[in-house]
Amino acid sequence: MLLQLDGVTKHFGGIAAVRNVGFEADEGKVLALIGPNGAGKTTLFNLITGALEPDQGVIALKGQTIKGLKPFQLAAGGVTRTFQNLQIFNSMTVLENVMAGAYLRGKKGFLRSLFSYHGWCKEEKMIREKSLVLLEETGLAETAGRPASTLPFGQKRLVEIARALASDPCLLLLDEPAAGLNSEESAVLTNYINKLRDRGTTMILIEHDMETVMNAADKIIVLNFGEVIAQGTPAEIQAHPEVIKAYLGEDEKIA
Amino acid sequence: MRIKKYSGLLIALLLLAIPLIAQSNYVYGLFIVVGLYTIIVQGLGILMGYAGQVSFGHAAFFGLGGYTAAILTTRFSWSPLPALLAAVFLPAVIAAVIGRQTLKLRELYLALATLGFGILVSIVFAEGGELTGGPSGISGIPHFQIGSLSFDSDGSFFLLIWLLVVMLMIGIKNLIHSRTGRALCAIRESEYAAENAGIDCSRLKLQAFIFSALLAGMAGGLYAFYVSFISPSPFSFHASVQFVLMAVIGGLGTFWGPLIGAMVVVLLSEVLKEVIPLIIPNAGGEYQIIIYGMILVILMIYQPQGLSSLRNRISLRGLK
Repeated sequence: MLLQLDGVTKHFGGIAAVRNVGFEADEGKVLALIGPNGAGKTTLFNLITGALEPDQGVIALKGQTIKGLKPFQLAAGGVTRTFQNLQIFNSMTVLENVMAGAYLRGKKGFLRSLFSYHGWCKEEKMIREKSLVLLEETGLAETAGRPASTLPFGQKRLVEIARALASDPCLLLLDEPAAGLNSEESAVLTNYINKLRDRGTTMILIEHDMETVMNAADKIIVLNFGEVIAQGTPAEIQAHPEVIKAYLGEDEKIA
Repeated sequence: MRIKKYSGLLIALLLLAIPLIAQSNYVYGLFIVVGLYTIIVQGLGILMGYAGQVSFGHAAFFGLGGYTAAILTTRFSWSPLPALLAAVFLPAVIAAVIGRQTLKLRELYLALATLGFGILVSIVFAEGGELTGGPSGISGIPHFQIGSLSFDSDGSFFLLIWLLVVMLMIGIKNLIHSRTGRALCAIRESEYAAENAGIDCSRLKLQAFIFSALLAGMAGGLYAFYVSFISPSPFSFHASVQFVLMAVIGGLGTFWGPLIGAMVVVLLSEVLKEVIPLIIPNAGGEYQIIIYGMILVILMIYQPQGLSSLRNRISLRGLK
């Protein structure tokens, strides 16, 4: 088991954004977090990546608590994420975005960077090559030299995913990767997520698009008002009365 | 393509040839000042243009370097080289101490904190009594020398400064094309995403701050040896603003920006000093300031990305 949450609670002021949440993410599986807006999904991501600290409860990565670790330390431990509201490095090129994501693969610090001639740097070459491979995989190879800000929205999402993958994560958190994509783009994305799963990357996915969720997820956690109301396989969730009630209102079925 | 790639370098070399041909102390002096400012603005450019952190206090580090070199050589009779090393080291240490706290602040708050620091330090220079010589400063600073090699003429000092500038620019070029350079850019663009890529933002920002303070200190030390006399006035808040101005005019986050910015700002005021009396015969100094200001405003309106973007509008990371 890669990630384990137990009794995790987070309050903002008097409101519990996340209340007594517990679940497990198994290695090599895709876990989907679903629930209405404000259910606490992104807050959970912020807790898992160390951007926020839980008020109560334990989050453990590979059996060790992540308490007190900052996002950059968790990234070094293999946890990385994408953002719902894109956090692209806009003025850098697409390739540079991905190369910046590969930060952890290099070792040179400030001083050594100053003094080692850039043309001869092996580390630089290695990072560049690996980043180009990722761009190839995500279908962004042609855009490598363009400033990231000039890409269409769907491709920016892919840049974020490629950048996150550049650090070789063991756990990848995707925050609404299909939001704002047209059906063609989201099919490309689903395809890529499946490819990553086949390769054994553990993922946690926040997604509203039910088709993507049902196609990609091995297990689904349903959140409502900060609490887990159901968890199980896609088939179980589709039949779960609580979920249907919370998510779609009564008398409806999930597609 | 190849000519375009090296055009910056060619122009820089041609410009540097001017003082060597002119052989006048006035021209040497101008280029020495440009060189010293370039050193400061290169550091500030890494801090502001790459890491995205604004400082309105770099004249303080410039001054700390100058006063360190001046005090150690005149009051404690150190020889110039160790005094210069101390002038590099002390501002770096002070930056490390204050940076830890101030870099937690963002944007305007950081600008205000560094501004306050700058004012504080300039008061210390003016009120330092015996040690700093108060408002009248310290005179009798020796020429710079390394062993028996003495840089007592303007020509030799010019060569020393520009040798340092070239070495620094090679280092900067290495830095911005490294993992660290990309990480600094990443911090400027999005700290959240940078942290998630494993970048320790606060540590790297602090390193950039120390690096910029160290360069300002070095320029300050060299300045003291060059003019042989220092007083608080060149290290006031006004100078901090000038450094930021040079960085912005040249172009933030560009390789040639700091050099262009320092050159334009220094040479522009010199040119105006010569030209304006010819156009408006009875003009006083205030006309120079007004026209100088107008030119800068026009530059910022029509070239908001800085002058270096004239050649290369798309790439924000300098020469490819």
